[in-house]
Amino acid sequence: MIFDIEYETMPREALEAIQLKRLQATLSRVYATVPFYRKKLDDAGILPGDVKTLKDLQRIPFTTKQDLRDNYPFGMFATPMANVVRIHASSGTTGQPTVVGYTARDIDTWAQLMARALSAAGATRGDIIHNAYGYGLFTGGLGVHYGAEKLGASVIPVSGGNTKRQVIIMRDFKPTIMTATPSYALHLAEAAEEMGVSFKDLHFKAGVFGAEPWSEDMRLEIERKLDLNALDIYGLSEVMGPGVSIECTEAKKGLHIFEDHFIPEIINPNTGEALPYGETGELVFTTITKEAFPIIRYRTRDITTLNPEPCICGRTHVRMKKVSGRTDDMLIIRGVNVFPSQIESILMQVEEVEPHYQLIVDRKDNLDTLTVRVEIGEKLFSDEVKKLQELENRISKDIKETLGVSAKVQLAEPKTIARSEGKATRVIDNRKK
Amino acid sequence: MQAEQISIFIENKAGRISDVTGILADAGVNIRALAVADTSDFGVLRLIVDNNVKAEEALKKAGFTVRKTKVVAVKVEDRPGGLHSILTTLKQAGINVEYMYAFIQQTGDKAIMIFRFDQPEEAIRVLTEKGVTVVDERTLSTL
Ligand SMILES: [Zn+2]
Repeated sequence: MIFDIEYETMPREALEAIQLKRLQATLSRVYATVPFYRKKLDDAGILPGDVKTLKDLQRIPFTTKQDLRDNYPFGMFATPMANVVRIHASSGTTGQPTVVGYTARDIDTWAQLMARALSAAGATRGDIIHNAYGYGLFTGGLGVHYGAEKLGASVIPVSGGNTKRQVIIMRDFKPTIMTATPSYALHLAEAAEEMGVSFKDLHFKAGVFGAEPWSEDMRLEIERKLDLNALDIYGLSEVMGPGVSIECTEAKKGLHIFEDHFIPEIINPNTGEALPYGETGELVFTTITKEAFPIIRYRTRDITTLNPEPCICGRTHVRMKKVSGRTDDMLIIRGVNVFPSQIESILMQVEEVEPHYQLIVDRKDNLDTLTVRVEIGEKLFSDEVKKLQELENRISKDIKETLGVSAKVQLAEPKTIARSEGKATRVIDNRKK
Repeated sequence: MQAEQISIFIENKAGRISDVTGILADAGVNIRALAVADTSDFGVLRLIVDNNVKAEEALKKAGFTVRKTKVVAVKVEDRPGGLHSILTTLKQAGINVEYMYAFIQQTGDKAIMIFRFDQPEEAIRVLTEKGVTVVDERTLSTL
């Protein structure tokens, strides 16, 4: 179901015209109201009026997480506090929290986009939504909540925690849509099993999961254990919150970014250079309708790819690939950017399962070398050495062709790659020693 | 007529084979034949044991990647040219030997070789026709 047919299926040309108009208005506003942006544009020698095409956006400097911290708490707000009706903040586990604000119209826009997202996942006003995202400073709980109400669905504001009670509610209230972090969804599955409640007897048809990266493997596990259609939702408080992009049930291949409100770009995280569609790099967002907290060219540090191909669902908005990693994980090997997630997807294609692997980078005679250790599972193991060597060569060739980097592939025994808290240590960079 | 072999993936690290033999000893499994094929990084350990179920269970529990493969156990006359005549027969029939190794036990004047063929059923047929004895799994485990 498409919640907003007009905007979600708008021809690209018309969509881009709206984007440009909204971008220009946003730039003028932030230049006038946020000293940070005024200084940034002045330093770069650009006036809002210089932006005449969408491509001109590339001339404007980036905004980083550090910029937000430097302007803690309200320095980035583009409207007087009297107009702000809501404040959210990130947890700040990795430094000072970032604080964002919303006007009444921002809250309404957010609810609209979240209603679009829930619709894309198959929700209608007849559904009961079990919203297990945390309510509070975190945007997840309230973001989904307002969207569910906007859609006209019945929302259970169960929030996170008190898992046993959640299982009883799921059994008795018969919710049909679950919204939660993927890890909490699996936790619920475990708790239900312990309590003798089978998801087969529950009424869920779909789940909208996000707020943390999750793999395709995890999706399969959730779908199997929770007996529902698991869809990925993306959002971040700096840009809005949940509902920036969503997978559609029809294609379930990439998340549609609501481009009438956000302009996405993919950049080379090293050089800042904008990359064409189809290339992998860092996702950058510019909001073009937000009032209280507009953000210009915000570097999300999330790694993905944009796909402009028309989607079978009818939406014309570009799709981003499931976020597979963070720029913080990026390696530069002989001048080439390599993300562990890229190697992971190559291995995934070979193994068809989530691989356990480790990248070891060394420097020998001033030359970077990359070794990829891959734990061998039963499926790929052969009693013939020749076949195992062919497997190593095949992976090595795929890496070379896809990433342009030579790698030595080494098969490893299961569980020999060091794990911390259940997760494998993905990268050992010996160059830093 | 085919016999079952257990193959284990091992990294080329000191003491890795003895880890495997230790696990099997603890599980009360007797090793009847063993061969290693290796590269500079890893090896495949191939075993014929008296109890495949127990062996596989113990090795998997210890975290090894284990695979069962069908092989053919063939009686080879313990005299010059004994093996050669078998290989000639196979070659004439166009059957490839992926690998082979010797069984520890001898039976009378015959040695037993373990073969991995690309076409095991065809190999068994050709060899049997030539009067070569193919040993079945049960006999193999009681030798
Ligand atoms: Zn779609």
